[in-house]
Amino acid sequence: MTIEARNLSFRYGDKPVLKEVSFALTSGRFHALLGPNGAGKSTLFGLLTRLLALQQGDILLAGQSLKKQPAEAMRKIGVVFQQNALDLDLTVRQNLQYHAALHGLSRKEARARGDRELARFGLLDRANDAVRQLNGGHRRRVEIARALLHEPSLLLLDEPTVGLDVASRKALNEHVRTLCDEDGLTVLWATHLIEEVREDDRVLILHQGRLLADGTGHAICRAQGTRDLAETFHSLTGAG
Amino acid sequence: MKAAHYWHCFVGIQTREWLRFWQQRTRFASALVRPLLWLVVFAAGFRAVLGISIIPPYQTYITYQTYIAPGLCGMIILFNSMQGALSMVYDRELGSMRVLLMSPLPRPFLLVTKLLAMGVVSVGQVYVFLLLALLVDVEPPLWGYLAVLPALVLASLMLGAMGLLIATWIKQLENFAGVMNFVIFPMFFLSSALYPLWRMNEASPWLYWISQFNPFTHAVEAIRFSLYLEWNPVAYGITAGVTVVLVMLATAGFRPQRTKILGTSKTA
Repeated sequence: MTIEARNLSFRYGDKPVLKEVSFALTSGRFHALLGPNGAGKSTLFGLLTRLLALQQGDILLAGQSLKKQPAEAMRKIGVVFQQNALDLDLTVRQNLQYHAALHGLSRKEARARGDRELARFGLLDRANDAVRQLNGGHRRRVEIARALLHEPSLLLLDEPTVGLDVASRKALNEHVRTLCDEDGLTVLWATHLIEEVREDDRVLILHQGRLLADGTGHAICRAQGTRDLAETFHSLTGAG
Repeated sequence: MKAAHYWHCFVGIQTREWLRFWQQRTRFASALVRPLLWLVVFAAGFRAVLGISIIPPYQTYITYQTYIAPGLCGMIILFNSMQGALSMVYDRELGSMRVLLMSPLPRPFLLVTKLLAMGVVSVGQVYVFLLLALLVDVEPPLWGYLAVLPALVLASLMLGAMGLLIATWIKQLENFAGVMNFVIFPMFFLSSALYPLWRMNEASPWLYWISQFNPFTHAVEAIRFSLYLEWNPVAYGITAGVTVVLVMLATAGFRPQRTKILGTSKTA
C-alpha cells in the first residue's frame, strides 16, 4: 500500500514539533525513520494513526485522505506503540482476541488468525500465559503479532526495541524484515539506533521536526559525502 | 463495516471488561465495603432522620436503610464510573486507550460500548449489594430487581460519560483524590441519596435547588422508583436527557479531528 505524507506540520501549543514534513513510502519495503529522541517521530506516528489530529498537511493511504476515509484507512494499518499496550494480567490469547474483536473479527476467526501469528512468532505454547509472565522481547513479539491480526498492509513500529537487550533487538528487527519480504508488508520502523538500519533500507532522517534526508542509505551517504550511515546521522543531527 | 463487525467488537469489549474485573475481583469486593458501611453503620446512627412521614414511592413507613439503599446503588455506580472513565483517559500512557481507538469502527460507538461494558460490571456490583441489603431488611418487591435494571444502566452510562468529559477537559483533576473532593462527594451529598430533598429544603432552599439541578439526584430517584415498581417520568426523563447530552459531549472530545490522545509535549 502506498502512503504519502504531504507537508505535515504540527505544534503542541507554541512549540512546533513537525515542520513541513513530506515523504512517500514504497509499497512492500522496509523504511527506517531515524531520529534522535525528541525528533518528532512519535508525533508523526500519532498523526499517522489518528491519535493526533492533523493540523496542517494531509496523509494519503492508498490514495485516500486520512481526513476523509478514516475507517477504510485504519483497517489497513497495524501499529506497535513505543510503550507497552498489552493487558499484562490477561493471557496472550485474550489480548489478541480483544484486538481482533476491535477490528470486527469473530471469536473463531480471531482464534485461528491469532494462533497462526503466534505460531509464526514461535509463541504458540505461551498462548495461555499471562503477558506479565513473558519477557520484554516476547511481549514485543506479541504486540507485533497483534498488530498483524487484521492483516494490515502497513505496519508502523514506534521504537519497538526500547528496553530490549541487544540479542532481542536484533532478532525483532530481523523478524520484521522477514515479514516485509514474505507478506509484502510496508514497514515504517522508527528508531534512534543506527545499528537497526541497513544501508540498503529506505531511510528517513528526522531531526527537530524536519525531514533532513530521504532515500536509500547508500544514496544519502553519497549525497552527504560520508562513509556510512552512522557518520551521516552524526553530521546531520549531531547525535549517534 | 457490517453489523457483524459491530457485534463482535461489542462482545470483545464486554469480554475484556469482565476478564479484567475477574483479575481484580478483590478490588470488587472492597468496593462493596463502602456502601455496606453506609448501609449498616451510618444508617443505624441516622435511623430517625426520616421522622414519621410517608414519601413516594414507598407505601408505608420505611427504615432509613430502606431509604438510602437506592442512593447507595447510585454511589456504587458513581464511584465505579468515575474511576473507570478517569482510568480510560489517564491510562492512555499505558496504551489501552490507544488500542481501543485504533479500531476502524466509529469512535462514538467504541466509547459508548466501553462505557456500557464498565457499566455492566457496576450493575453486577449493585445487584450483589442489593442481595446483601436483604440482610438488613431492605426488601424491595421481587420484580423491582428487574425493573431497576434500565435505570442502573442509564445511570452508569450518564456517570461514565460525565467522568470521561471531566477527565478529558479538566486537566487539573489529574488524580482520583481531586475528583473525589470536587465531583463525587458534592454530587453525592447534594442529592437525594442520603436524605429526601424536602428535608434539605427545610434547612436551605439554596441547597435544595442545587440538589434539584444535580443529575445524580434524578438518577437516584429513577433507581428508587423503579426498584419499588413506580414510574417516575421526570427522573427518568432528566437522567436520559442528561445522558444523551453528556455522551455526545464526551465522545466529541475524541473525534479524530480534535484528539490529543498522545497527551502533551511529553511525547514529542
